[in-house]
Amino acid sequence: MAFINIKTKEVQVKIVYYGPGRGGKTANLEYIYNKYRNNITTEMVSLKTHDDRTLFFDFLPFDVGKIRGYDVSIQLYTVPGQVKYNATRKLVLKGVDGIVFVADATVERRKSNIDSLKQLQENLESYNLNINTIPLVMQYNKYDLKDAGVPLLSPQVMQQDLNSQLRVPAFAASALVGGNVIATLKKIISLTLSSIQDQLF
Amino acid sequence: MKYPILTEKQLDAIDDILNQKLIKAGVRNVMLIDMAGNTISKQDNGKFKLDTIAFAALAAGNFAAVEAMAKLVGESEFSLLFHKGETASVHFSKINKDFLLITMFQKDLSLGIIRLKVTDTIDALTKVIYT
Repeated sequence: MAFINIKTKEVQVKIVYYGPGRGGKTANLEYIYNKYRNNITTEMVSLKTHDDRTLFFDFLPFDVGKIRGYDVSIQLYTVPGQVKYNATRKLVLKGVDGIVFVADATVERRKSNIDSLKQLQENLESYNLNINTIPLVMQYNKYDLKDAGVPLLSPQVMQQDLNSQLRVPAFAASALVGGNVIATLKKIISLTLSSIQDQLF
Repeated sequence: MKYPILTEKQLDAIDDILNQKLIKAGVRNVMLIDMAGNTISKQDNGKFKLDTIAFAALAAGNFAAVEAMAKLVGESEFSLLFHKGETASVHFSKINKDFLLITMFQKDLSLGIIRLKVTDTIDALTKVIYT
């Protein structure tokens, strides 16, 4: 759960962007960083391989103001999406407060989305966290590719594949150009903060 | 996180220990973080600015990766890490499964003295946190 320092009156909230490889998790953070660069005082940290895949995580911290006298700082992390990196994915989930599941809406990635969601559930269980109760938002990404003629699954199909049981808020998005990136972020922040408030006060 | 909730008094005592035992000995920055990358205390000698938020996140990730490597070679853990730079070096020491102490120092201090001071500091911190 969230880290609270009663002396410095700070609350640190950890939100992780999870999902299959090349789905747009890092693109989400890059868009947020570029959009709010003037308000974000620290640099975005990216640990990438030579071919630009996330190796360990990306990290973007920023402040969102005060709640009940406490300064709230949000820390966004991404995980590496490639199947072989599950050990590091699991490490990044340690201490997580909220999750954005970034799914890839292209037809050929349908199975990867489902596999990745299943693995998320298992990884959370290893920290005694439950996918049904942790704050979670779905983002179906890459709808900007529609105009390029790339075959895409409709948001309805994505909902059925990934969200028929969880029934969490979901957004059809385009991380590269920013469509619904901020809406997703706002949703997960508000869900996570209200869950933390419930636990604390 | 499952570690105990730290009171304001304990946090004050932690700050004090880090200052007395490490900063006064010539260390430039010291941080006590948890394994999820949250900073519990950070102290410095006022001469070096550091992006502590990013540093803590990277340090926790780094340590977790090293721990996973330890398991692969049949060790339960590698409890300390040392990165040597040209002018500055960083020493990471695991206090227990929850906490990590990070000490940054210049080349005027030897690794030996740092290890002695860090051991002493960890004893004092453990007493404050768990009693």
